[in-house]
Amino acid sequence: MKPARFDYARAGSAEEAFSLLHEYGEEAVALAGGQSLLAMMNMRLADPAVVVDLSDCTELDFARVAGDRVEIGAMFRQAALERWHGTQTHLPLLSSMLPYIGHYQTRARGTIGGSMAHADPSAEIPLAAVTMGAEVVLRSVRGERRVAARDFFLGPLDTERDPDELIWSVSFPSYDNWAGMAFEEVAYRHGDFAIAAFAAVADADTVVLGVGGVAGRPTVFEWPRAALEDIDAELAGAARELEVLSDHHADDHYRRRLLRSVAPNVLARAVSAASRRGSES
Amino acid sequence: MRWIDGDKRVEISLKLNGRKVRGRAESRTLLCDFLRHELGATGTHSGCEHGVCGACTVRIDGILARSCLVLAVQTQGREVESVEGLGTPDALGELQAAFRRHHALQCGYCTPGILVSMNDLLEREPAPAEDRVREVLSGHLCRCTGYTPIVRAVLDAATRLAGGATGQNPRNEDV
Repeated sequence: MKPARFDYARAGSAEEAFSLLHEYGEEAVALAGGQSLLAMMNMRLADPAVVVDLSDCTELDFARVAGDRVEIGAMFRQAALERWHGTQTHLPLLSSMLPYIGHYQTRARGTIGGSMAHADPSAEIPLAAVTMGAEVVLRSVRGERRVAARDFFLGPLDTERDPDELIWSVSFPSYDNWAGMAFEEVAYRHGDFAIAAFAAVADADTVVLGVGGVAGRPTVFEWPRAALEDIDAELAGAARELEVLSDHHADDHYRRRLLRSVAPNVLARAVSAASRRGSES
Repeated sequence: MRWIDGDKRVEISLKLNGRKVRGRAESRTLLCDFLRHELGATGTHSGCEHGVCGACTVRIDGILARSCLVLAVQTQGREVESVEGLGTPDALGELQAAFRRHHALQCGYCTPGILVSMNDLLEREPAPAEDRVREVLSGHLCRCTGYTPIVRAVLDAATRLAGGATGQNPRNEDV
């Protein structure tokens, strides 16, 4: 339960981190809060040759509202997001999901970028990002590109990020007053990995359902509001379509059952919240 | 940038509970092992070594951390607070005294991490509700005492710390 040998570099700036990742590519990993990466290194599930520590890259530690978007820097900590004034106002869905991320102690150190890069299928921040239609801002010595969160996650612990790229930030659309949102997570204990997690966003025309923990990556379904009339059939189709995870905590049959039984309530809550907002404005 | 070859041992200097200390570590040395083996600060306990049990919880620059999920080299130039900073055997901190009064420990293995976490909670939220204490406690595993006396101790300490300014309960009498 100790990590194997590696060379360590504490990058003094993001520019230095880009150079190191460019030089070492697949041999290197970027270390943000370490809440997943170091556990994996301790268990020897990860065995990098070079660890690039981002803890001095203060330019990655920010949260700001820019027009109709909210940009969260990769090194912004989860606990800081819980305390940030803009979270409740502009990111209410994410705000309601934050208490479910790990524990008080791990959120103190865990970061937004680290959770996105790690890409655990049951993780809350990736689920929020795909459900809300966020973008991932990737930077490297080659420049910057933006990838839709819905295209970013490829499978368990696998993302669209190239080995020389660093997640710079996650850019969320700001949800101020026009949508209704709801979230529910199924786990054996609070703070455990989600067996299944459901996030929903509803506006006047459409509903979006984000599903975490069920398949190898967070997955999104989008329906016109009218489809809610026969949501059971839609969810049965979704359950068939997904390649569902199975482990000793919950088999694929149970996870499909959760999708069909819990998701309708979450969608209904989002729609009802949207109606309340609609009648207020 | 600071580069450390994997096969080298380097000197690390940091502040531990307000005191300047130094020791040697490889890049792969975990902070919990560095604290215990190199600095002799054996109050921090090493349990599961993958961030689940919470026994090794400390604070780094005022932020809680599982010290098994931090490399010793990451603490170069930083300030680490461990359970030793909360009191001494002769002068227990308010939270520690409450743990003793409420029998909130048996074997004591998990206790240092719980004390560090709860100290952090009470500093940020001086009057937490019981549910909140339980939620924060869910980041720790205790396998012998059970959690009920721990929750009682934290709530009692919170009350006494709040009343401390007005001089209530100065003698820490039993409850």
